[in-house]
Order: sequence, then structure tokens, then C-alpha cells
Amino acid sequence: MTEEIKDTQWPLWEVFIQSNPGLPYKHAGSVHGSDKEIAMQNARDTYTRRNEGTSIWIVPSNSIVASNPSDSDMFFEPSNDKIYRHPTFYVMPEGALNI
Amino acid sequence: MNADLDKQLNVFETKINEDINIEPRDWMPDDYRKHLIRQISQHAHSEVIGMQPEGNWISRAPSLRSKKILLAKIQDEGGHGLYLYSAAETLGISRDEMLHQLHEGKAKYSSIFNYPTLTWADIGAIGWLVDGAAIVNQVSLQKTSYGPYARAMVRICKEESFHQRQGYEIMTKMMQGTKDQQAMAQDAMNRWWWPSLMMFGPHDSDSPNTGNAMKWKIKRQSNDILRQKFIDKTVQQAHLIGLSIPDNKLKWNEDKKSYDHGEINWDEFIRVINGDGPCNKQRMKHHIKAHQEGEWVRKAAIAYQLKRKELINQ
Ligand SMILES: [Fe+2]
Ligand SMILES: [Fe+2]
Repeated sequence: MTEEIKDTQWPLWEVFIQSNPGLPYKHAGSVHGSDKEIAMQNARDTYTRRNEGTSIWIVPSNSIVASNPSDSDMFFEPSNDKIYRHPTFYVMPEGALNI
Repeated sequence: MNADLDKQLNVFETKINEDINIEPRDWMPDDYRKHLIRQISQHAHSEVIGMQPEGNWISRAPSLRSKKILLAKIQDEGGHGLYLYSAAETLGISRDEMLHQLHEGKAKYSSIFNYPTLTWADIGAIGWLVDGAAIVNQVSLQKTSYGPYARAMVRICKEESFHQRQGYEIMTKMMQGTKDQQAMAQDAMNRWWWPSLMMFGPHDSDSPNTGNAMKWKIKRQSNDILRQKFIDKTVQQAHLIGLSIPDNKLKWNEDKKSYDHGEINWDEFIRVINGDGPCNKQRMKHHIKAHQEGEWVRKAAIAYQLKRKELINQ
């Protein structure tokens, strides 16, 4: 257990900030932290020095699963041919109000 | 295999042409990645090393107000370094590696930070001129083609205008002060003007890296254009508060609607960049010392985290 600990810059975390209650969280960048408390403290000091946020999420960077950009054509294709998912697809009778 | 590469290159170039940002997981040419790693890490190192000349005056700031401002300003610069390191890390280089390159002298930082801060007026001159020059460059980089770099620039630019204004305020106050204070301000101006112009790098005709950087839209405007923008903005501000520009060739050119200026001392620039400036050794020594003295803290925090995991698992 007295194994030598390597000197590192600590693991990487991704930081998401909600600028005001009710708004979605937005990716701000990343920080390093040895554990979640220190990563949270660093996220606050690094990304919210001017009231940029009212709430922060931090996530270990290696836990993020991202879609593959080279597959993105295929991956997002199906949403293109389903135009009936958009309200503009439907024809409303002349004179209909509030719809 | 080759057709595949051609296709990827094609996708990449189309994005560049259409001003669509390149993102970390997108395919990119090796040289694009290399160029970005070099540029972003050097930019990050500059922010961090730049804390030293200003840090020199925290304990001697002339009032509590100016001390608080200077502390906040320097803390911002540390933050800028962190935004940029994290942008560089998305390209696959680790923070450890970047620090290693800095300490080995393989990665450079802006040569401006190798000049000493001799008087309080230097703090004014740095905020106004050095941050002022950095802003011109960084505003242009907000449109750089690599997404994480562009986003870091947007964030940085929002914070920079306070830096420049606090510097100009210091200079203004000194120019309204005693004869000695005015002389001090002018002296700082004389020492920082030329190094500030050098911050934009060599003339376009002598900068070997510009070709690809412009083609790939990493760099959006050339060194000379950015330098000219800075000069044109700053001369009026200097004159307004009674400072003169230490360049007897500086002259308004009505045809091009901007200033002509004297020749920059490129020998000095090259000397300082290559390690022979007034403070190069001191800056690096200090950075290495702070890094080494922090080692036990980094290790202790990891040890603490491991210990806690162990306790939870019991
Ligand atoms: Fe900065
Ligand atoms: Fe700054």
C-alpha cells in the first residue's frame, strides 16, 4: 500500500454551467481535480469568476460518450426524411386561429 | 485507404472554406493538429508566465483598491492559461506534457514577459499596452477555425477589457500627478512600447508559419495588419493623457488613414525569444520552483482520494 504515487496534473473533468435557474446546462471547458470536491472548487474558480453561473455540473471526462463525427451523416440522417415531425408539415384550414 | 484519406481531407477543407469550426473528434491533418498544439500551448504558457511581472507588484501596490484590482487581474490571467490548456488538451496532448515542454525550453511563451517591471507605472503600461496588444490579437482569434480555441478566446476577450482599462487608468492618474509621476509614466511607456509592437511577431514578409495558418484559418489576420490596428488605436489614447510615443518616425498617413511607424528592432526580438532577454532565466526558474514545490500537494491529494476510495470499499 506504500506504493509510490506518481506526480500528475490530476484527472480531467468536464464542466457544465447553468447561467440561470431554468436554463439548460452548457459546456464551459474542463478542469483538473484529484477528486470531485477539488474538481468542483476548481470549476468554480476557473469558470464562474463573474456570475457566469448559478449551478455547476462536473463529469469525469472519460465518462463522456460522444457520437462519432465520421458516422454523423448516417447517424443523423433519419431525422431528415421525417418532415412530418415539424409543425410546418401540416396544412391548416384558412381562418383557423390560435393553432 | 488513400481514397479514404482524400475524402477526409476534402471534408476538412470544405468545413474550413465554409467557416464551420473543426471540433476535437473531427478528422484533421497532422500538421493542423501540430500547429494548433504549438500555438495554443504557447498562448497558455504566456498567460501563466505573464502573471510573474505583475505579481512583482502585488505586495507594493499603492492602495488597497489597486491591490485588489491587480490580484483580480492576475487571477484572470491564471484562468486564461487554464482555458487554453484545456483547449490544447482536446487535441490529445496532456497537461503534464505541455509543462514538461515549457520547462525543457521546447515550448516558448510571449517574449514580452521577459522584461522587468521596474516601477508601478509598468503595471499601468502592461495593462494598457500589453493587454491592449493581446486583445487585438485575441479578438481576431475568436474566429479561429478550431472550436475549443475559438470558444476560449470568446471567454478571454470578455475578461480582457477590464485589464486594459485598469492599466490605462493607472497611466491617466500618473499623468495627472506630480512631475516625477509623469516622468515615471513616460519612462514605462518608452520601455514597453516597442516590445508591445513585437508581440504581433515578425513582418508578414518574414513569417514562415503564416501560410498554412492562414489557409487553415487558425490565424485570421496577418501580423502586420493586427500590429497596425493596435498602433492606430493606441496613439490617440497616449496623446490624450499627455504621453508621447517613443518613435520619431511615427506619422499619420492620410492616404492609408493610419500611422506610419519606425523600424522595429528585430535583433532584440530574436535575442529575447532565444533566451537572452533581461528576465528569461528568472521567469523559468520561478515557474519550475513553484511546480516542484507543489508536487507534494498534488501527490497528497491523490493519496487522500485513494485512501477514501479504500475506506468506502471496505
Ligand atoms: Fe490574458
Ligand atoms: Fe489580460
